[in-house]
Amino acid sequence: MKAVNQAQISFSSNSVNESFGRAATAAFLSQLDPTVADLTDMKTAVSEAVTNAIVHGYKDRMGTVYITAKIFEGGKAVVRVRDKGCGIPDIGQAMEPLFTTGGEERAGLGFAVMQSFCDSVRVTSAVGKGTSVTLTKYFAPKE
Amino acid sequence: MRVQLSYKEGVLTARLFGEIDHHSAREMREAIDDTAQKLRPYCLRLDFSGVPFMDSSGIGLVLGRVRLCGFWRGHVTLCGLSQNLAKMVDLAGIASVAAIERRAG
Repeated sequence: MKAVNQAQISFSSNSVNESFGRAATAAFLSQLDPTVADLTDMKTAVSEAVTNAIVHGYKDRMGTVYITAKIFEGGKAVVRVRDKGCGIPDIGQAMEPLFTTGGEERAGLGFAVMQSFCDSVRVTSAVGKGTSVTLTKYFAPKE
Repeated sequence: MRVQLSYKEGVLTARLFGEIDHHSAREMREAIDDTAQKLRPYCLRLDFSGVPFMDSSGIGLVLGRVRLCGFWRGHVTLCGLSQNLAKMVDLAGIASVAAIERRAG
């Protein structure tokens, strides 16, 4: 299926840009005329993925975070968050709730939140090459 | 100013303002801990009514404060949660480690 519309943004892996990444994505997806709850869910999932890229992907250095957002017919939105960072050695373990390498202040809930707030989450990763997280959500038409 | 602190009769209230993510949570944490460690309140009340959005960093912020207050047997209470914040709090099962004041109605 071909996307009806798409947008790409990229930014430095500076934590101050987390809000920019999710806000810009939400602004693009708002043309689907989503409910506030649906849009907030996607915004939250994007925030988790972007934070992962910054905290884990680029834990030792600065890099670039890439977001591609696509809109399909029927209210389907696909957002891909990608980094060219260190990669995840064990994706299954990384996606387990409460597993974190981020220290005491990280809840280890990033993937659990993405899975709960989106319809599907796909993760591909290669150690030393980077990680790509694809979030898909169907936005219900407003009542 | 992301955090406004007030203290009364053993209760330290932290009113949080703005979106909570990995970036902003750090500043909030430092502001709260600095005062909490000095006062050692029996209750740390986190007021989220000025928070329009948070991701799981907000959960990390809560869990970290529960751990901190545990050192002097204090507890943490959450209030002012909007619907989307409550969804995150419920998903994380925060109710098992902190008290949650729900809005009436």
